[in-house]
Amino acid sequence: MSKRIDINNLNVYYSQFLAVEDVSLSIEPKAVTAFIGPSGCGKSTFLRTLNRMHEVIPGGRVEGEVLIDGVDLYGKDVDPVTVRRHVGMVFQRPNPFPTMSIAENVLAGYRLNNKRVSNSDADDLVESSLRGANLWDEVKDRLNKPGSSLSGGQQQRLCIARAIAIKPDILLMDEPCSALDPISTLAIEDLITDLKDQYTIVIVTHNMQQAARVSDTTAFFNIAGTGKPGKLIEMNDTTTMFSTPSEKATEDYISGRFG
Amino acid sequence: MTTTPSSTGSQPAGNDYGTHPGARANGIFKGMSTGAGVLILVTLAAVATFLLVEAWPAFIASPEDLGQEVSFIKPEDGQSLMEIIGYLIYGTVLMSLIALVIATPISIGIALFISHYAPRRLAQTLGYLIDLLAAVPSVVYGLWGVAVLVPFLNPFYQFLADYLGFIPLFAAPESGEIFTGRVAMSAGIVLAIMILPIITAVTREVFLQTPVLHEEAALAMGATRWEMVKMSVFPFARSGMVGATMLGLGRALGETMAVLMIISPGLTLSPYILQPNQHNTVAGYIALQFPEANAMGVSSLVAMGLALFVITLVVNMLARWVVSRRSEFSGAN
Repeated sequence: MSKRIDINNLNVYYSQFLAVEDVSLSIEPKAVTAFIGPSGCGKSTFLRTLNRMHEVIPGGRVEGEVLIDGVDLYGKDVDPVTVRRHVGMVFQRPNPFPTMSIAENVLAGYRLNNKRVSNSDADDLVESSLRGANLWDEVKDRLNKPGSSLSGGQQQRLCIARAIAIKPDILLMDEPCSALDPISTLAIEDLITDLKDQYTIVIVTHNMQQAARVSDTTAFFNIAGTGKPGKLIEMNDTTTMFSTPSEKATEDYISGRFG
Repeated sequence: MTTTPSSTGSQPAGNDYGTHPGARANGIFKGMSTGAGVLILVTLAAVATFLLVEAWPAFIASPEDLGQEVSFIKPEDGQSLMEIIGYLIYGTVLMSLIALVIATPISIGIALFISHYAPRRLAQTLGYLIDLLAAVPSVVYGLWGVAVLVPFLNPFYQFLADYLGFIPLFAAPESGEIFTGRVAMSAGIVLAIMILPIITAVTREVFLQTPVLHEEAALAMGATRWEMVKMSVFPFARSGMVGATMLGLGRALGETMAVLMIISPGLTLSPYILQPNQHNTVAGYIALQFPEANAMGVSSLVAMGLALFVITLVVNMLARWVVSRRSEFSGAN
Protein backbone atom coordinates (compact mmCIF):
# COMPACT_ATOMS: atom_id res chain seq x y z
CA MET A 1 0.00 0.00 0.00
CA SER A 2 2.92 2.36 0.39
CA LYS A 3 5.30 2.90 -2.44
CA ARG A 4 8.55 4.65 -3.06
CA ILE A 5 8.89 7.58 -5.45
CA ASP A 6 12.01 8.40 -7.46
CA ILE A 7 12.13 11.62 -9.40
CA ASN A 8 14.78 12.04 -12.06
CA ASN A 9 15.66 15.39 -13.67
CA LEU A 10 12.14 16.75 -13.56
CA ASN A 11 11.42 20.12 -15.20
CA VAL A 12 7.95 21.55 -14.63
CA TYR A 13 6.46 24.08 -17.05
CA TYR A 14 3.47 26.36 -17.36
CA SER A 15 3.37 26.61 -21.17
CA GLN A 16 6.82 28.07 -21.94
CA PHE A 17 7.57 29.19 -18.39
CA LEU A 18 9.91 26.91 -16.47
CA ALA A 19 8.48 26.83 -12.92
CA VAL A 20 10.63 24.14 -11.33
CA GLU A 21 14.03 23.18 -12.68
CA ASP A 22 15.84 19.87 -12.69
CA VAL A 23 14.66 18.17 -9.53
CA SER A 24 15.96 14.72 -8.65
CA LEU A 25 15.03 13.16 -5.33
CA SER A 26 13.73 10.00 -3.71
CA ILE A 27 10.79 9.66 -1.35
CA GLU A 28 10.81 6.71 1.03
CA PRO A 29 7.73 4.57 1.68
CA LYS A 30 6.06 4.59 5.10
CA ALA A 31 7.61 7.90 5.97
CA VAL A 32 6.66 11.55 5.92
CA THR A 33 8.56 13.77 3.52
CA ALA A 34 8.12 17.52 3.89
CA PHE A 35 8.73 20.16 1.23
CA ILE A 36 9.53 23.58 2.66
CA GLY A 37 10.50 26.84 1.05
CA PRO A 38 9.37 30.42 0.52
CA SER A 39 6.16 31.30 -1.38
CA GLY A 40 6.42 30.85 -5.13
CA CYS A 41 9.38 28.47 -4.96
CA GLY A 42 7.43 25.78 -6.79
CA LYS A 43 6.98 23.27 -3.99
CA SER A 44 3.22 22.99 -4.49
CA THR A 45 3.67 22.89 -8.27
CA PHE A 46 6.18 20.12 -7.83
CA LEU A 47 3.87 18.21 -5.48
CA ARG A 48 1.12 18.32 -8.08
CA THR A 49 3.33 16.57 -10.62
CA LEU A 50 3.34 13.50 -8.37
CA ASN A 51 -0.31 12.73 -9.16
CA ARG A 52 -0.43 14.45 -12.52
CA MET A 53 -2.71 17.20 -11.20
CA HIS A 54 -0.29 19.74 -12.63
CA GLU A 55 -1.55 19.13 -16.13
CA VAL A 56 -5.12 19.97 -15.12
CA ILE A 57 -4.02 23.60 -15.40
CA PRO A 58 -4.01 24.67 -19.07
CA GLY A 59 -0.44 24.66 -20.38
CA GLY A 60 0.87 22.55 -17.52
CA ARG A 61 3.48 19.97 -18.60
CA VAL A 62 6.65 18.30 -17.38
CA GLU A 63 9.88 16.83 -18.69
CA GLY A 64 11.68 14.05 -16.87
CA GLU A 65 10.69 10.98 -14.90
CA VAL A 66 8.54 10.29 -11.88
CA LEU A 67 8.91 6.62 -10.95
CA ILE A 68 6.54 5.01 -8.49
CA ASP A 69 8.03 1.63 -7.59
CA GLY A 70 9.82 1.82 -10.93
CA VAL A 71 6.82 2.71 -13.10
CA ASP A 72 7.09 6.06 -14.88
CA LEU A 73 3.96 8.14 -14.17
CA TYR A 74 4.55 10.00 -17.40
CA GLY A 75 5.03 6.85 -19.48
CA LYS A 76 3.10 6.17 -22.64
CA ASP A 77 0.54 3.73 -21.30
CA VAL A 78 -0.25 5.65 -18.15
CA ASP A 79 -3.68 7.23 -17.72
CA PRO A 80 -3.59 10.25 -15.39
CA VAL A 81 -7.04 9.36 -14.07
CA THR A 82 -5.75 5.97 -12.92
CA VAL A 83 -2.67 7.59 -11.41
CA ARG A 84 -4.87 9.80 -9.26
CA ARG A 85 -6.77 6.78 -7.98
CA HIS A 86 -3.47 5.54 -6.56
CA VAL A 87 -2.03 8.83 -5.38
CA GLY A 88 -4.46 10.64 -3.10
CA MET A 89 -4.36 14.36 -2.45
CA VAL A 90 -5.45 16.74 0.29
CA PHE A 91 -5.63 20.43 -0.52
CA GLN A 92 -4.77 23.67 1.17
CA ARG A 93 -8.36 24.60 1.88
CA PRO A 94 -10.76 21.87 2.97
CA ASN A 95 -12.96 21.01 0.00
CA PRO A 96 -15.66 18.50 0.86
CA PHE A 97 -18.38 18.32 -1.77
CA PRO A 98 -21.00 20.73 -0.41
CA THR A 99 -23.95 18.90 -1.89
CA MET A 100 -22.98 15.56 -0.40
CA SER A 101 -23.50 14.31 3.14
CA ILE A 102 -20.53 13.39 5.33
CA ALA A 103 -20.94 9.71 4.48
CA GLU A 104 -21.34 10.42 0.76
CA ASN A 105 -18.20 12.51 0.80
CA VAL A 106 -16.21 9.62 2.20
CA LEU A 107 -17.64 7.28 -0.41
CA ALA A 108 -17.30 9.68 -3.34
CA GLY A 109 -13.95 8.41 -4.57
CA TYR A 110 -14.71 4.79 -3.82
CA ARG A 111 -17.89 4.94 -5.89
CA LEU A 112 -15.89 6.02 -8.94
CA ASN A 113 -14.26 2.60 -9.03
CA ASN A 114 -17.12 0.54 -7.67
CA LYS A 115 -20.47 1.48 -9.13
CA ARG A 116 -22.33 -0.86 -6.83
CA VAL A 117 -21.51 -0.87 -3.17
CA SER A 118 -23.68 -2.83 -0.76
CA ASN A 119 -25.02 -0.82 2.14
CA SER A 120 -23.10 -2.77 4.75
CA ASP A 121 -19.83 -2.45 2.80
CA ALA A 122 -20.44 1.26 2.44
CA ASP A 123 -21.15 1.65 6.16
CA ASP A 124 -17.98 -0.29 7.01
CA LEU A 125 -15.87 1.80 4.68
CA VAL A 126 -17.31 5.07 6.00
CA GLU A 127 -16.58 3.99 9.56
CA SER A 128 -13.07 2.71 8.90
CA SER A 129 -12.10 5.74 6.83
CA LEU A 130 -13.50 8.20 9.37
CA ARG A 131 -11.77 6.30 12.17
CA GLY A 132 -8.59 6.42 10.12
CA ALA A 133 -8.97 10.18 9.91
CA ASN A 134 -9.74 10.52 13.66
CA LEU A 135 -13.14 11.95 12.89
CA TRP A 136 -15.52 9.08 13.60
CA ASP A 137 -16.36 9.94 17.20
CA GLU A 138 -17.19 13.51 16.29
CA VAL A 139 -19.51 12.78 13.36
CA LYS A 140 -20.92 9.28 13.85
CA ASP A 141 -24.32 10.67 14.90
CA ARG A 142 -24.70 12.98 11.92
CA LEU A 143 -23.36 11.11 8.92
CA ASN A 144 -26.23 12.35 6.79
CA LYS A 145 -25.59 16.02 7.46
CA PRO A 146 -23.81 17.98 4.74
CA GLY A 147 -20.01 17.97 4.88
CA SER A 148 -20.04 21.75 4.90
CA SER A 149 -21.73 21.73 8.33
CA LEU A 150 -18.43 20.71 9.95
CA SER A 151 -15.74 23.03 11.28
CA GLY A 152 -12.70 23.75 9.10
CA GLY A 153 -10.49 21.24 10.89
CA GLN A 154 -13.18 18.59 10.76
CA GLN A 155 -13.72 19.28 7.06
CA GLN A 156 -10.03 18.79 6.41
CA ARG A 157 -10.07 15.47 8.27
CA LEU A 158 -13.15 14.55 6.23
CA CYS A 159 -11.10 15.24 3.10
CA ILE A 160 -8.36 12.99 4.46
CA ALA A 161 -10.96 10.30 5.16
CA ARG A 162 -12.19 10.69 1.58
CA ALA A 163 -8.64 10.35 0.28
CA ILE A 164 -7.79 7.23 2.30
CA ALA A 165 -11.15 5.59 1.51
CA ILE A 166 -9.81 4.68 -1.93
CA LYS A 167 -6.75 3.11 -0.30
CA PRO A 168 -4.09 5.05 -2.16
CA ASP A 169 -0.43 4.08 -2.34
CA ILE A 170 0.69 7.59 -1.63
CA LEU A 171 -0.90 10.58 0.09
CA LEU A 172 0.00 14.10 -1.02
CA MET A 173 -0.85 17.03 1.24
CA ASP A 174 -0.62 20.57 -0.04
CA GLU A 175 -0.34 22.83 3.03
CA PRO A 176 -3.18 20.93 4.70
CA CYS A 177 -3.17 23.07 7.87
CA SER A 178 -2.67 26.54 6.48
CA ALA A 179 -6.37 27.39 6.77
CA LEU A 180 -6.79 25.85 10.23
CA ASP A 181 -6.47 27.01 13.82
CA PRO A 182 -3.68 25.60 16.04
CA ILE A 183 -5.86 22.96 17.71
CA SER A 184 -7.15 21.60 14.41
CA THR A 185 -3.59 21.74 13.10
CA LEU A 186 -2.44 19.58 15.98
CA ALA A 187 -5.19 17.07 15.25
CA ILE A 188 -4.09 16.83 11.62
CA GLU A 189 -0.44 16.48 12.59
CA ASP A 190 -1.26 13.63 14.98
CA LEU A 191 -3.20 12.04 12.18
CA ILE A 192 -0.28 12.35 9.78
CA THR A 193 1.95 10.56 12.26
CA ASP A 194 -0.61 7.75 12.56
CA LEU A 195 -1.05 7.46 8.80
CA LYS A 196 2.61 7.03 7.98
CA ASP A 197 2.46 3.42 9.18
CA GLN A 198 0.40 2.68 6.10
CA TYR A 199 1.12 5.33 3.51
CA THR A 200 3.91 7.19 1.83
CA ILE A 201 3.14 10.78 2.79
CA VAL A 202 4.42 13.91 1.11
CA ILE A 203 3.48 17.21 2.71
CA VAL A 204 4.06 20.75 1.54
CA THR A 205 4.15 23.27 4.35
CA HIS A 206 4.95 26.90 5.02
CA ASN A 207 5.36 26.13 8.65
CA MET A 208 8.87 25.01 9.51
CA GLN A 209 7.91 23.87 13.01
CA GLN A 210 5.33 21.67 11.40
CA ALA A 211 7.91 20.15 9.08
CA ALA A 212 10.17 19.58 12.07
CA ARG A 213 7.36 17.98 14.06
CA VAL A 214 5.86 15.59 11.52
CA SER A 215 8.42 14.73 8.88
CA ASP A 216 11.23 12.21 8.66
CA THR A 217 12.86 13.82 5.66
CA THR A 218 12.78 17.46 4.59
CA ALA A 219 13.44 18.97 1.19
CA PHE A 220 14.14 22.69 0.89
CA PHE A 221 13.13 24.49 -2.30
CA ASN A 222 14.17 28.00 -3.15
CA ILE A 223 13.83 30.53 -5.90
CA ALA A 224 16.53 32.95 -7.08
CA GLY A 225 14.04 35.72 -7.90
CA THR A 226 10.67 36.44 -9.52
CA GLY A 227 10.48 34.87 -12.96
CA LYS A 228 13.26 32.42 -12.16
CA PRO A 229 12.54 28.71 -11.78
CA GLY A 230 12.34 27.09 -8.34
CA LYS A 231 15.04 24.60 -7.44
CA LEU A 232 15.65 21.88 -4.93
CA ILE A 233 18.42 23.22 -2.69
CA GLU A 234 18.87 20.47 -0.19
CA MET A 235 17.21 17.33 1.07
CA ASN A 236 18.11 15.39 4.19
CA ASP A 237 16.92 13.86 7.45
CA THR A 238 14.67 16.36 9.15
CA THR A 239 16.86 16.44 12.27
CA THR A 240 19.98 17.07 10.21
CA MET A 241 18.22 19.71 8.12
CA PHE A 242 17.12 21.68 11.15
CA SER A 243 20.38 21.29 13.12
CA THR A 244 23.23 21.23 10.64
CA PRO A 245 22.08 22.07 7.12
CA SER A 246 24.86 21.87 4.57
CA GLU A 247 23.69 24.81 2.45
CA LYS A 248 23.86 28.43 3.48
CA ALA A 249 20.42 29.18 1.92
CA THR A 250 18.77 26.43 3.96
CA GLU A 251 20.29 27.74 7.15
CA ASP A 252 19.16 31.28 6.37
CA TYR A 253 15.63 30.10 5.68
CA ILE A 254 15.13 27.86 8.70
CA SER A 255 16.73 30.37 11.03
CA GLY A 256 14.19 32.92 9.80
CA ARG A 257 16.59 35.24 8.07
CA PHE A 258 14.31 35.39 5.01
CA GLY A 259 11.11 33.94 3.56
CA MET B 1 -13.94 65.78 8.55
CA THR B 2 -11.23 68.30 9.00
CA THR B 3 -12.19 70.68 11.75
CA THR B 4 -11.64 74.33 11.14
CA PRO B 5 -11.59 76.31 14.34
CA SER B 6 -13.75 79.11 12.90
CA SER B 7 -16.75 76.87 12.22
CA THR B 8 -16.59 74.47 15.18
CA GLY B 9 -15.09 76.66 17.83
CA SER B 10 -18.40 77.85 19.21
CA GLN B 11 -19.94 74.36 19.23
CA PRO B 12 -19.63 71.65 21.92
CA ALA B 13 -16.56 69.39 21.72
CA GLY B 14 -18.70 66.32 20.88
CA ASN B 15 -19.25 67.71 17.38
CA ASP B 16 -15.89 66.38 16.26
CA TYR B 17 -17.77 63.12 15.95
CA GLY B 18 -20.79 64.55 14.13
CA THR B 19 -21.47 64.25 10.46
CA HIS B 20 -18.94 63.37 7.72
CA PRO B 21 -18.71 64.27 4.04
CA GLY B 22 -19.93 60.89 2.76
CA ALA B 23 -23.16 60.99 4.74
CA ARG B 24 -25.21 62.93 2.21
CA ALA B 25 -24.14 60.84 -0.80
CA ASN B 26 -24.84 57.71 1.20
CA GLY B 27 -28.33 58.97 2.01
CA ILE B 28 -29.03 59.86 -1.61
CA PHE B 29 -27.86 56.50 -2.85
CA LYS B 30 -29.91 54.69 -0.22
CA GLY B 31 -32.96 56.61 -1.36
CA MET B 32 -32.31 55.82 -5.01
CA SER B 33 -31.80 52.12 -4.54
CA THR B 34 -34.80 51.83 -2.25
CA GLY B 35 -36.82 53.72 -4.85
CA ALA B 36 -35.70 51.32 -7.57
CA GLY B 37 -36.71 48.38 -5.40
CA VAL B 38 -40.12 49.88 -4.68
CA LEU B 39 -40.60 50.69 -8.37
CA ILE B 40 -40.55 46.96 -9.18
CA LEU B 41 -43.33 46.30 -6.70
CA VAL B 42 -45.36 49.25 -7.97
CA THR B 43 -44.99 48.12 -11.59
CA LEU B 44 -46.01 44.58 -10.75
CA ALA B 45 -48.99 45.80 -8.77
CA ALA B 46 -49.97 48.17 -11.60
CA VAL B 47 -49.85 45.36 -14.17
CA ALA B 48 -51.87 43.05 -11.97
CA THR B 49 -54.43 45.77 -11.24
CA PHE B 50 -54.73 46.64 -14.93
CA LEU B 51 -55.32 43.01 -15.83
CA LEU B 52 -57.92 42.51 -13.10
CA VAL B 53 -59.81 45.76 -13.77
CA GLU B 54 -59.87 45.34 -17.54
CA ALA B 55 -60.77 41.66 -17.43
CA TRP B 56 -63.49 42.10 -14.83
CA PRO B 57 -66.38 42.87 -17.29
CA ALA B 58 -65.62 39.71 -19.24
CA PHE B 59 -65.53 37.63 -16.06
CA ILE B 60 -68.87 38.84 -14.67
CA ALA B 61 -70.77 38.79 -17.99
CA SER B 62 -72.89 35.68 -18.52
CA PRO B 63 -71.51 33.31 -21.17
CA GLU B 64 -74.53 33.96 -23.41
CA ASP B 65 -74.12 37.74 -23.34
CA LEU B 66 -70.44 37.36 -23.96
CA GLY B 67 -71.14 35.06 -26.90
CA GLN B 68 -73.46 37.62 -28.45
CA GLU B 69 -71.16 40.55 -27.96
CA VAL B 70 -67.81 39.02 -28.84
CA SER B 71 -67.38 37.44 -32.25
CA PHE B 72 -64.74 34.86 -31.28
CA ILE B 73 -66.55 33.54 -28.23
CA LYS B 74 -69.05 30.81 -29.11
CA PRO B 75 -70.43 29.07 -26.02
CA GLU B 76 -72.68 26.90 -28.18
CA ASP B 77 -69.58 25.44 -29.93
CA GLY B 78 -67.83 24.76 -26.65
CA GLN B 79 -65.86 27.95 -26.93
CA SER B 80 -66.93 30.01 -23.94
CA LEU B 81 -64.32 32.36 -22.48
CA MET B 82 -63.19 29.85 -19.85
CA GLU B 83 -62.97 27.04 -22.38
CA ILE B 84 -60.90 29.16 -24.75
CA ILE B 85 -58.58 30.10 -21.88
CA GLY B 86 -58.25 26.41 -21.08
CA TYR B 87 -57.38 25.48 -24.67
CA LEU B 88 -54.92 28.34 -24.99
CA ILE B 89 -53.10 27.63 -21.75
CA TYR B 90 -52.91 24.00 -22.73
CA GLY B 91 -51.46 24.96 -26.14
CA THR B 92 -49.05 27.45 -24.60
CA VAL B 93 -47.76 25.00 -22.02
CA LEU B 94 -47.59 22.19 -24.58
CA MET B 95 -45.44 24.14 -27.05
CA SER B 96 -43.29 25.59 -24.29
CA LEU B 97 -42.69 22.11 -22.91
CA ILE B 98 -41.69 20.83 -26.36
CA ALA B 99 -39.28 23.76 -26.56
CA LEU B 100 -37.87 23.05 -23.10
CA VAL B 101 -37.46 19.33 -23.68
CA ILE B 102 -35.47 20.08 -26.83
CA ALA B 103 -33.57 23.16 -25.67
CA THR B 104 -32.53 22.29 -22.12
CA PRO B 105 -30.25 19.31 -22.81
CA ILE B 106 -28.74 20.99 -25.86
CA SER B 107 -28.12 24.22 -23.97
CA ILE B 108 -26.51 22.44 -21.05
CA GLY B 109 -24.38 20.48 -23.49
CA ILE B 110 -23.23 23.64 -25.27
CA ALA B 111 -22.62 25.47 -21.99
CA LEU B 112 -20.59 22.57 -20.64
CA PHE B 113 -18.58 22.36 -23.83
CA ILE B 114 -17.82 26.06 -23.68
CA SER B 115 -16.99 26.11 -19.98
CA HIS B 116 -15.16 22.82 -19.49
CA TYR B 117 -14.19 21.13 -22.72
CA ALA B 118 -13.45 23.53 -25.56
CA PRO B 119 -10.06 25.18 -26.00
CA ARG B 120 -10.26 28.80 -24.87
CA ARG B 121 -10.35 30.43 -28.30
CA LEU B 122 -13.03 28.13 -29.68
CA ALA B 123 -15.05 28.60 -26.50
CA GLN B 124 -15.04 32.36 -26.92
CA THR B 125 -16.09 32.25 -30.56
CA LEU B 126 -18.86 29.82 -29.77
CA GLY B 127 -20.01 32.00 -26.89
CA TYR B 128 -20.30 35.02 -29.18
CA LEU B 129 -22.24 33.01 -31.76
CA ILE B 130 -24.70 31.81 -29.15
CA ASP B 131 -25.22 35.36 -27.90
CA LEU B 132 -25.80 36.39 -31.51
CA LEU B 133 -28.68 33.90 -31.72
CA ALA B 134 -30.39 35.86 -28.95
CA ALA B 135 -30.16 39.03 -31.03
CA VAL B 136 -32.23 37.66 -33.93
CA PRO B 137 -35.73 39.20 -33.84
CA SER B 138 -38.54 36.73 -33.34
CA VAL B 139 -40.20 37.77 -36.62
CA VAL B 140 -37.11 36.53 -38.41
CA TYR B 141 -37.32 33.23 -36.56
CA GLY B 142 -40.95 33.00 -37.62
CA LEU B 143 -40.15 33.67 -41.29
CA TRP B 144 -37.27 31.24 -41.23
CA GLY B 145 -39.43 28.66 -39.51
CA VAL B 146 -42.16 28.88 -42.14
CA ALA B 147 -39.91 29.17 -45.18
CA VAL B 148 -37.10 26.78 -44.27
CA LEU B 149 -37.66 24.72 -41.18
CA VAL B 150 -41.21 23.55 -41.79
CA PRO B 151 -40.59 22.18 -45.32
CA PHE B 152 -37.37 20.61 -44.06
CA LEU B 153 -38.99 18.92 -41.07
CA ASN B 154 -42.14 17.72 -42.79
CA PRO B 155 -40.63 14.44 -44.09
CA PHE B 156 -39.40 13.68 -40.57
CA TYR B 157 -42.91 14.20 -39.23
CA GLN B 158 -44.24 11.74 -41.79
CA PHE B 159 -41.56 9.29 -40.73
CA LEU B 160 -42.43 9.79 -37.06
CA ALA B 161 -46.12 9.34 -37.76
CA ASP B 162 -45.50 6.21 -39.84
CA TYR B 163 -43.37 4.43 -37.27
CA LEU B 164 -44.37 5.95 -33.93
CA GLY B 165 -47.91 6.93 -34.83
CA PHE B 166 -49.30 4.47 -32.28
CA ILE B 167 -48.15 6.91 -29.59
CA PRO B 168 -50.94 9.53 -29.48
CA LEU B 169 -48.36 12.33 -29.41
CA PHE B 170 -47.18 11.41 -32.90
CA ALA B 171 -50.49 10.35 -34.43
CA ALA B 172 -50.84 11.31 -38.12
CA PRO B 173 -53.55 13.72 -39.29
CA GLU B 174 -56.82 12.10 -40.31
CA SER B 175 -56.78 10.51 -43.72
CA GLY B 176 -57.39 13.16 -46.33
CA GLU B 177 -55.54 15.81 -44.38
CA ILE B 178 -52.03 16.40 -45.59
CA PHE B 179 -48.88 17.00 -43.64
CA THR B 180 -48.39 20.75 -43.61
CA GLY B 181 -45.77 20.90 -40.90
CA ARG B 182 -47.48 23.97 -39.46
CA VAL B 183 -48.04 22.22 -36.17
CA ALA B 184 -47.23 22.48 -32.49
CA MET B 185 -44.05 20.45 -33.00
CA SER B 186 -42.65 23.00 -35.46
CA ALA B 187 -43.56 25.89 -33.18
CA GLY B 188 -41.92 24.05 -30.29
CA ILE B 189 -38.73 23.52 -32.27
CA VAL B 190 -38.51 27.18 -33.29
CA LEU B 191 -39.21 28.21 -29.70
CA ALA B 192 -36.43 25.85 -28.63
CA ILE B 193 -33.99 27.66 -30.89
CA MET B 194 -35.19 30.98 -29.53
CA ILE B 195 -34.71 30.06 -25.87
CA LEU B 196 -31.43 28.22 -26.47
CA PRO B 197 -29.22 31.32 -26.13
CA ILE B 198 -30.63 32.47 -22.80
CA ILE B 199 -30.43 29.02 -21.21
CA THR B 200 -26.93 28.50 -22.60
CA ALA B 201 -25.68 31.90 -21.50
CA VAL B 202 -26.95 31.56 -17.95
CA THR B 203 -25.84 27.95 -17.42
CA ARG B 204 -22.42 28.75 -18.92
CA GLU B 205 -21.94 31.54 -16.39
CA VAL B 206 -22.94 29.28 -13.53
CA PHE B 207 -20.71 26.44 -14.74
CA LEU B 208 -17.76 28.82 -14.93
CA GLN B 209 -18.31 29.83 -11.32
CA THR B 210 -17.83 26.30 -10.00
CA PRO B 211 -15.06 26.61 -7.41
CA VAL B 212 -11.79 25.22 -8.75
CA LEU B 213 -11.36 23.70 -5.31
CA HIS B 214 -14.33 21.38 -5.83
CA GLU B 215 -13.33 20.49 -9.35
CA GLU B 216 -9.83 19.59 -8.20
CA ALA B 217 -11.26 17.60 -5.29
CA ALA B 218 -13.00 15.36 -7.80
CA LEU B 219 -10.11 15.16 -10.26
CA ALA B 220 -7.60 14.38 -7.52
CA MET B 221 -9.50 11.31 -6.44
CA GLY B 222 -9.37 9.95 -9.97
CA ALA B 223 -12.54 11.28 -11.52
CA THR B 224 -12.66 11.59 -15.29
CA ARG B 225 -13.73 14.93 -16.67
CA TRP B 226 -17.33 13.79 -16.97
CA GLU B 227 -17.33 12.34 -13.46
CA MET B 228 -15.89 15.62 -12.23
CA VAL B 229 -18.73 17.47 -13.95
CA LYS B 230 -21.26 15.19 -12.29
CA MET B 231 -19.66 15.44 -8.83
CA SER B 232 -18.70 19.11 -8.73
CA VAL B 233 -20.17 21.18 -11.54
CA PHE B 234 -23.77 19.96 -11.72
CA PRO B 235 -24.47 19.98 -7.97
CA PHE B 236 -23.00 23.46 -7.72
CA ALA B 237 -24.91 24.72 -10.75
CA ARG B 238 -28.19 22.95 -10.05
CA SER B 239 -30.20 25.96 -8.94
CA GLY B 240 -28.66 28.05 -11.71
CA MET B 241 -29.68 25.44 -14.25
CA VAL B 242 -33.26 25.45 -12.94
CA GLY B 243 -33.24 29.24 -13.01
CA ALA B 244 -31.93 29.30 -16.58
CA THR B 245 -34.57 26.82 -17.69
CA MET B 246 -37.27 28.92 -16.07
CA LEU B 247 -36.00 32.03 -17.85
CA GLY B 248 -36.24 30.10 -21.11
CA LEU B 249 -39.70 28.87 -20.20
CA GLY B 250 -40.72 32.45 -19.44
CA ARG B 251 -39.65 33.54 -22.88
CA ALA B 252 -41.33 30.56 -24.57
CA LEU B 253 -44.62 31.14 -22.71
CA GLY B 254 -44.88 34.74 -23.84
CA GLU B 255 -43.61 34.38 -27.40
CA THR B 256 -46.08 35.64 -29.99
CA MET B 257 -44.76 36.28 -33.48
CA ALA B 258 -42.89 33.10 -34.26
CA VAL B 259 -45.71 30.87 -33.06
CA LEU B 260 -48.33 32.95 -34.82
CA MET B 261 -46.49 32.68 -38.13
CA ILE B 262 -45.75 28.99 -37.95
CA ILE B 263 -48.79 27.30 -36.55
CA SER B 264 -52.17 26.59 -38.10
CA PRO B 265 -54.20 27.53 -35.03
CA GLY B 266 -56.98 25.56 -33.48
CA LEU B 267 -58.65 25.18 -30.11
CA THR B 268 -58.52 21.65 -28.73
CA LEU B 269 -57.01 19.75 -25.84
CA SER B 270 -55.56 17.11 -28.17
CA PRO B 271 -52.10 15.64 -27.69
CA TYR B 272 -51.50 15.45 -31.45
CA ILE B 273 -48.46 17.64 -31.94
CA LEU B 274 -48.06 16.62 -35.60
CA GLN B 275 -51.56 17.68 -36.62
CA PRO B 276 -52.52 21.18 -37.78
CA ASN B 277 -55.52 23.13 -36.44
CA GLN B 278 -55.11 21.71 -32.93
CA HIS B 279 -53.38 24.30 -30.75
CA ASN B 280 -52.70 27.96 -30.24
CA THR B 281 -50.96 29.99 -27.57
CA VAL B 282 -52.38 32.70 -25.35
CA ALA B 283 -50.05 35.34 -26.75
CA GLY B 284 -50.63 34.27 -30.34
CA TYR B 285 -54.40 34.23 -29.91
CA ILE B 286 -54.47 37.69 -28.33
CA ALA B 287 -52.33 39.10 -31.15
CA LEU B 288 -54.59 37.45 -33.73
CA GLN B 289 -57.92 38.71 -32.30
CA PHE B 290 -56.95 42.07 -30.88
CA PRO B 291 -57.20 44.24 -34.04
CA GLU B 292 -60.85 43.30 -34.64
CA ALA B 293 -62.02 43.15 -31.05
CA ASN B 294 -64.74 45.44 -29.58
CA ALA B 295 -64.70 46.64 -25.97
CA MET B 296 -65.98 43.38 -24.52
CA GLY B 297 -63.66 41.49 -26.85
CA VAL B 298 -60.66 43.39 -25.52
CA SER B 299 -61.85 42.66 -22.01
CA SER B 300 -61.99 38.94 -22.85
CA LEU B 301 -58.52 39.07 -24.34
CA VAL B 302 -57.18 40.79 -21.22
CA ALA B 303 -58.72 37.96 -19.20
CA MET B 304 -56.63 35.57 -21.26
CA GLY B 305 -53.58 37.72 -20.60
CA LEU B 306 -54.34 37.52 -16.90
CA ALA B 307 -54.38 33.74 -17.15
CA LEU B 308 -50.95 33.81 -18.81
CA PHE B 309 -49.70 36.15 -16.08
CA VAL B 310 -50.89 33.69 -13.45
CA ILE B 311 -49.23 30.64 -14.99
CA THR B 312 -45.96 32.51 -15.43
CA LEU B 313 -46.15 33.48 -11.78
CA VAL B 314 -46.87 29.90 -10.75
CA VAL B 315 -43.99 28.60 -12.88
CA ASN B 316 -41.62 31.03 -11.22
CA MET B 317 -42.79 30.20 -7.70
CA LEU B 318 -42.45 26.52 -8.51
CA ALA B 319 -38.91 27.18 -9.70
CA ARG B 320 -38.07 29.04 -6.47
CA TRP B 321 -39.42 26.17 -4.46
CA VAL B 322 -37.35 23.63 -6.42
CA VAL B 323 -34.24 25.75 -5.95
CA SER B 324 -34.75 26.25 -2.23
CA ARG B 325 -35.74 22.70 -1.38
CA ARG B 326 -32.26 21.47 -0.57
CA SER B 327 -30.61 24.78 0.17
CA GLU B 328 -28.75 23.26 3.14
CA PHE B 329 -26.86 21.14 0.65
CA SER B 330 -26.51 23.79 -2.03
CA GLY B 331 -23.16 24.73 -3.46
CA ALA B 332 -23.58 28.25 -2.17
CA ASN B 333 -22.61 27.60 1.42
